[in-house]
Amino acid sequence: MNTSSLETAENRESLRKVVIDPVSRVEGHGKVTLLLDEEGEVREARLHIVEFRGFEVFIQGRPYWEVPVMVQRLCGICPVSHHLAACKALDHVVGAQSLTPTAEKMRRLMHYGQILQSHALHFFHLSSPDLLFGFESEVGKRNIVGVAAAHPEVARQGVLLRKFGQEVIRATAGKRIHGTGAVPGGMNRHLAPDDQRMLKADVAKMIEWSRAAVELVKRLHRADPVLYDAFGTFSSGIMSLVRADGAMDLYHGQLRFRDANGAITLDAVPDQDYHSVIGEQVKPWSYMKFPYLRDLGPDQGWYKVGPLARVQNCDFIPSPFAEAERREFIAHGQGGLIHATLAYHWARMIEMLHAAEVIRDLLDDPDLMDGPLLSTGTHAREGVGIIEAPRGTLIHHYQVGEDDLVSMCNLIVSTTHNNQAMNTAIRAVAQRYLSGHELTEGLLNHIEVAIRAYDPCLSCATHALGQMPLVMELVGPGGETLSRVTRG
Amino acid sequence: MNGRFMLDGQPVMFEEGQTILQAAKAAGHYIPSLCWHPDFPPHGSCKLCIVKVGGRHVSSCALQAKDGMEIESNTPEINGERRALLQMLFVEGNHFCPSCEKSGNCELQAQAYELEMTSARFNYFFPVRPVDASHPDILLDFNRCIFCELCVRASRDIDGKSIFALTNRGIHKHLVVNAESGRLGDTDFSALDRAASICPVGVILPKRVGFAVPIGERIYDEKPISLVSMEKER
Repeated sequence: MNTSSLETAENRESLRKVVIDPVSRVEGHGKVTLLLDEEGEVREARLHIVEFRGFEVFIQGRPYWEVPVMVQRLCGICPVSHHLAACKALDHVVGAQSLTPTAEKMRRLMHYGQILQSHALHFFHLSSPDLLFGFESEVGKRNIVGVAAAHPEVARQGVLLRKFGQEVIRATAGKRIHGTGAVPGGMNRHLAPDDQRMLKADVAKMIEWSRAAVELVKRLHRADPVLYDAFGTFSSGIMSLVRADGAMDLYHGQLRFRDANGAITLDAVPDQDYHSVIGEQVKPWSYMKFPYLRDLGPDQGWYKVGPLARVQNCDFIPSPFAEAERREFIAHGQGGLIHATLAYHWARMIEMLHAAEVIRDLLDDPDLMDGPLLSTGTHAREGVGIIEAPRGTLIHHYQVGEDDLVSMCNLIVSTTHNNQAMNTAIRAVAQRYLSGHELTEGLLNHIEVAIRAYDPCLSCATHALGQMPLVMELVGPGGETLSRVTRG
Repeated sequence: MNGRFMLDGQPVMFEEGQTILQAAKAAGHYIPSLCWHPDFPPHGSCKLCIVKVGGRHVSSCALQAKDGMEIESNTPEINGERRALLQMLFVEGNHFCPSCEKSGNCELQAQAYELEMTSARFNYFFPVRPVDASHPDILLDFNRCIFCELCVRASRDIDGKSIFALTNRGIHKHLVVNAESGRLGDTDFSALDRAASICPVGVILPKRVGFAVPIGERIYDEKPISLVSMEKER
C-alpha cells in the first residue's frame, strides 16, 4: 500500500478537514488531521505532536548530577526510563567504566519493574477496551471501567500487575513515580529485606498472569486473523538494542537494525556511536522530529522501535516462558518479519512475561541486598546512554563542561523513533477504512487504535485514559467550521 | 536577673540576656526561624520568628525576654503571617523542589511543610539568576537564595574571608561574590570553610554529591523541622 502520498495533499485549501483532537487513551497530547475531497476520499493524514517541552534546552547550564532527577519529569508513566538513560550516559562522565554488581542489578530490577508496569498499564487500561469490545463498540463502555464490568478478572489482573511493577520501582527508586534510586556511577540504595520478601511472595502469580495475558492476545489474533494481520500493516525496518550474544536485553546492549524483510543490515553498533548511524529530520507541521538511518536517508531509512521490533530483532529471549512465546510469535510470521500494527500488543505481552521472569530471577540474588553501590574513575566530558524503554529505544546524550555544567543535551525518545511509523499506520488505516465512508466516531477510533498500538508517549508527561473528549470538526475550504461533533 | 514570661498561655522561665526565641527553645517551645543560627548574633531579617508581645509584632530572635511579657506565637494569625512570608520567599526565587538536590535537607522546604504551605499564592517572579560553577568543589545556585546572610556572616566572622555580600536593595537585592570577576573560582573560598556548609537552602552546594543520600532518608524527611531543630539545640 502506498501511503507516502498521503503526507501532503495537493490543493490542500480545497479539501475538507477532520480533526481528532486530542487523541485519547495515549500518554500526552497529539492530534490527527485528515483532509478529504468531495467524494470523501482521504487525501492527507497526519499525526501532529502539538506539545513543546524544551527539556534539551533548559537542562543546559545545570549541574550534571541533577540531570537524572530532572529529566525524569519528562514522563509520569515511564520516568524510570529517562532516569536510567540519563544515569547510563552520565556513568561515562564520572568515569564509571563498569558498575558494581549491586548497582547494575538494582538498576535492572528497577527497569524491568518499569517495563512490567508500563506494559500492563498500556494493554489493560488503555488498549484492551478496543480489543475486547471492538473498535466501534459503544463508546461509553470502551474504557477500563467497562472492562472491569464485563471481564472483571482480566481487569483485576491488569491492575495488580501494574501495581506489582510499581512496587518494584518503589523498592528500588524510593517512590513509585519520580524516585531517585540511580545516580551517575551507580545507585544510592540496596533492596530492603522487607521489600524482597514482599515481592518474592507475589512474583510467581505475576508470571502466571503475564502468561495468561499472552494467551489472551493470541486468542484475539486467532478469533479475527484477517483484522489482526491486516490492520494498519506496512513494511519498514526495525531497530533495538540487543545483547552482545544476540539476546533480548532491555537495559543495555548494542544497536541492531533489520530491513523490512528481516535481514540484519547493521549490527553491534556501540551506544556511544548512535549519532553516526541515526539522523533526525524536522518537518514544519510537528514538534516531533523524524529519525532515520543515515545510510538510507529520511525517505527510506525510517524504522519501527518498541516491542514488535525487539521481539523480532533479538536472536532469543533469555527466560524460558517468554522464549517459548517468542518462537511461536516468530512462527506466525512464516519466515518474514511481522509488520502488523496490532501485533505490537502480542509482542508487548511477551515482553511483560519476560520482565516478570527477570524480576523473579533477580530477587533471588544476594547482591541486591549488600555490596558497594558506586563506581568512579577519570571524569570525561561526554556520554551517551541508551535503554530499551517500554515504548522503544531511548537515547540520552550529554556533554558536560569543565565546570560540571551540562553544555549539550540531545534526547531521542522512543515515540520519536516511531513518528514516521505511526504516521504511516494512520495513513494505511485512513485509506483502508475511512476513505469514501461517512465518518463516525467508531470509524475515527480506528485511527486512534492504530496510534495506541504503538503506546506513544506524546509528551512523556500525561495520559488521557479516555476521559478527554474527542472533537471532530468539519472545516470548509475557507477555514470556517461547518460542523462539530463531540464525544465524551 | 531571671524571670518568667507567658508564651501562648504557658509560663516560660528565662535567664538574664536570653532572647524570647532562646528562652522559648530552652523551655521546649519551638518558634520557626530561617536566618537565626545559634552560632551568630540575631539577624532579624527573615521575620519568620515574629511573635506578638503586648499586641505588637517583634522578632523573637532579637528581642530580649522581659519578666511578665504576654507573648503570642503559635496562633492561626501569626502562623498565617509566617506562611505568607514563606510564600513570598518561594515566588521571589526559583525553588523547584522536585529536582533540587537539597530537597529533604532544605530549611525553607521544611518550614513550608511545618507551616502547612500548600500553594505559592502569589505570582512567581522567575528571576534570572545564573549559577556559578567556577569553583572546583562548590556550586553556587543563586536561584534559591533567601538573603539570610548566614554565608555572609560565616565567611566574614568565622572564616575571616568576607567572600559573600548582599548588594542592591528591595526587589533588586541579590547575593554577590567578593571578586573582581564576581566568580567564586577567583576567590580563596574553600569547601572546608564554615560558610560552605551553613546555607539553609540549596545555594552553596558541594559539587558531585547530588542525590547520593536517597530522598526519603534526609534530615527533614522523617521528622519535621520543629522536632529536628529542638533536638539539635538540646
